[in-house]
Amino acid sequence: MEFFERFAIPHPSPMIYASMVAIGLVTIAIIVGISYFKKWGYLWNEWLTTTDHKRIGIMYIISALLMLFRGGADAVMMRLQTAVPENTFLDAQHYNEVFTTHGVVMIFFMAMAFIIGLMNYIIPLQIGARDVAFPRLNALSFWLYFAGAMLFNISFVIGGSPDAGWTNYYPLASTDFSTSVGVNYYNWALQISGIGTLMSGINFITTIIKMRAPGMTLMKMPMFVWSALITNIIIVFAFPVLTIALLMGTFDRQFGTFFFASENGGMDMMWANLFWIWGHPEVYILILPAFGIYSQIIATFSERNLYGYTSMVVSMVAISLLSFLVWVHHFFTMGHDAMTNSIFSITTMAIAVPTGIKIFNWLLTMWKGKIRFTTPMLYSIAFIPLFTIGGVTGVMLAIASADYQYHNTMFLVAHFHNVIIPGVVFAMIAGLIYWWPKMFGFMLNEKIGKWAFWFIVVGFCFSFFPMYITGLDGQARRMYTYSEATGFGPLSMLSFFGASLLAAGFAIIVYNIYYSFRNAPRNIGDDPWNARSLEWATHNPVPEYNFAVTPEVVSSEALWDAKKRGHNLFKDKIEKIHMPNNTGWPIIMAGLFFVFGFSFVFFIWAGVILSGLAILGCMAYRSFEKDDGRYISVEEIKETEDKFGGANE
Amino acid sequence: MKIDSTQPLEYSTEQNRLNILGFWIFLGAEIMLFATLFTSYFVYENRTGSGPGGADIFEITPVLIETILLLTSSFTIGLAIHAMRIQRTKAMLGFFAITLVLGAAFLGVEIYEFIHYYHVGATLQTSAFTGILLTTLGTHGAHVMFGLFWGIFIFIQIKKQGLTPQTANKSFIFSLYWHFLDVMWIFIFSFIYLKGMM
Ligand code: HEM
Ligand SMILES: [Cu+2]
Repeated sequence: MEFFERFAIPHPSPMIYASMVAIGLVTIAIIVGISYFKKWGYLWNEWLTTTDHKRIGIMYIISALLMLFRGGADAVMMRLQTAVPENTFLDAQHYNEVFTTHGVVMIFFMAMAFIIGLMNYIIPLQIGARDVAFPRLNALSFWLYFAGAMLFNISFVIGGSPDAGWTNYYPLASTDFSTSVGVNYYNWALQISGIGTLMSGINFITTIIKMRAPGMTLMKMPMFVWSALITNIIIVFAFPVLTIALLMGTFDRQFGTFFFASENGGMDMMWANLFWIWGHPEVYILILPAFGIYSQIIATFSERNLYGYTSMVVSMVAISLLSFLVWVHHFFTMGHDAMTNSIFSITTMAIAVPTGIKIFNWLLTMWKGKIRFTTPMLYSIAFIPLFTIGGVTGVMLAIASADYQYHNTMFLVAHFHNVIIPGVVFAMIAGLIYWWPKMFGFMLNEKIGKWAFWFIVVGFCFSFFPMYITGLDGQARRMYTYSEATGFGPLSMLSFFGASLLAAGFAIIVYNIYYSFRNAPRNIGDDPWNARSLEWATHNPVPEYNFAVTPEVVSSEALWDAKKRGHNLFKDKIEKIHMPNNTGWPIIMAGLFFVFGFSFVFFIWAGVILSGLAILGCMAYRSFEKDDGRYISVEEIKETEDKFGGANE
Repeated sequence: MKIDSTQPLEYSTEQNRLNILGFWIFLGAEIMLFATLFTSYFVYENRTGSGPGGADIFEITPVLIETILLLTSSFTIGLAIHAMRIQRTKAMLGFFAITLVLGAAFLGVEIYEFIHYYHVGATLQTSAFTGILLTTLGTHGAHVMFGLFWGIFIFIQIKKQGLTPQTANKSFIFSLYWHFLDVMWIFIFSFIYLKGMM
């Protein structure tokens, strides 16, 4: 019995017991459902073992949407708790756990996964490739991410959630102040999914550098590809810092080292530094792909070439370099001298310059364009002013002396939601709607989509703009309640109202998916948006080999120029195509990583050693395995192409 | 699989070229990993708490032996790749084996060194300084250990299959990894041991 006591929740409540039951029931329902419909074989052969970048991309996006709802539930709980003064819906400890898991889930398991999912699906298509450079590694990346996400998500029913914030500062995160296993979960879940992310980074850089269609020079790549290239370079340079920081945190908590302690030479600020040396580049890892998506959408629906292509690229490169030089702005108030603060204040403000250039480029793309107000375009148009407000408040925060007033208030919370929601989340929704026909062969309903858009935009404004005001009035972040005398009540209630609208907006998106799946026509052709880049030069949904014939490119708007100037994209004739085989090893290895992480969280050394050895065993097996993939024959390709109404030859 | 015979064997297929580029990028990430460790080491270097400092515990002899072993192994893996390029499978296997033996010897001496630290009271839990010292050395040592197993697997594969585009590619990538570990050791030698003993 004693062995099992460690799995008990340190701070239970009826809600947690209810979710335990709910998780149990849903799991049983899923297993029974799949068995009843005899779908295990289909699931295993077509999805769980796939190495197809398109299916992996879709699995990333589905997982990201699930995490969006998990994180969203946390968010609504927080707004509910703070809607009125002295509320008792959540107590302090629960509130701590909820804001911590909200942040971690949204950044690591929602936003990162969504972005990598879209990159997976779109990048090979936009560069005219058959797959990514390392399809198996890609599958492993996904499953490691998934294992990390699941490990994190079971924390609140087994052993207790982390409660030291998504920034996990020491000494709060040390065993002195965070006594449950929660922070161990944080360390291992992020470590495991972080390895997956790093491998994705390597995979995409190699793919983009080496596998572009003939004629596509670097400066003819679609802007989303450029943004992905730069993002992945940042990933490769930033994530190892997180790896080491998490390792040191694990050692402190589980082996009694003193890295972030206040005695024996330890230094708690070391964590804050390492975390933000990774963390600030991370915010650009999120936003640059979003910029890339907006560039594609705005050009398409303005029917003009993207304005200032070169300056777009140059400013992204500048942002990526600067992003490594600003991390101190996250703790101006934590005891540096004036000189240090001034330097980092200036580097931070400097980032606003390349960002501003991009804003003007989008505006000038729309200038004199024939704008079509589709749903993805609406999100892109709303993004511009809203993101600019977030950038401006960022520059306010960057004034080190003034930051003593704003730091760790709701003003900061408003800032980063103001850049992340209109910046990243809008881009993900817009990208999903824009590329939906590519993935599934039908369009999402525009009318319902626009309803969702208005709910989300208005909901966003009501949720977060009040926080700027209460923040300036001194409302600290991460406080589970406040007294009536502070006067924060009415604005907090408004914020709760906004959060409800946001939630309703997402519900409408889900309904739209259901509605369109049932009702939308399937005969949409290859190019329903009248688009400009290569991914629209093949069929919807995309056949497994992507392009029957490798395209040849002459300009950065490859498809548009093919349509308008009559370039021939597909000059060769059909040949047999080499494809990677499916493999079960990635999911098995990720399962072992899950066991490894779980055992480590609870100090179950037998589990750690056995799963560790099994992981190495898998690698050894893989080293000896011979797998040269398979070929799709010309007849098979011709048959598939005929089904789509003729080859693009 | 298209084999381009104007290229050296390890570069001869498209997948081989992708593998090599991908591995270089991976080494970029590894550089960041070690750079983070070194930076942390410099931060904690003088934060010894109640424990010993570097000058108190470093011993020159084992460190010199380790350095010579690892540097030589980097040389022999270079010879192995050279032998591979001129299609001398036997010589290549010989140099490969010597490399692995030297690597194992390096690890042996490092384990001895760690036991020494334990005896003089410098463990992970002594101070932030000893913690980061052992973490940095340990990360490097774990890399060498991983490399040993990996190298043995490649050795067996060449023995069984001879030099094919695949095995040549694996050996070449392994040699990049091994050289990289050597370079990291040179940093450890100069900036941890020599600097600490001065
Ligand atoms: C013009 C560009 C920007 C500037 C000048 C800027 C500036 C700042 C500053 C100075 C802080 C620290 C404030 C404090 O702790 O008191 C901060 C926090 C933050 N910013 Fe920005 N920012 C910019 C853009 C962005 C973007 C594009 C994102 C994300 C996509 C972002 C996400 C965040 C996050 C997540 C935090 C803090 C989170 C936390 O402490 O929990 N920022 N920003
Ligand atoms: Cu920042």
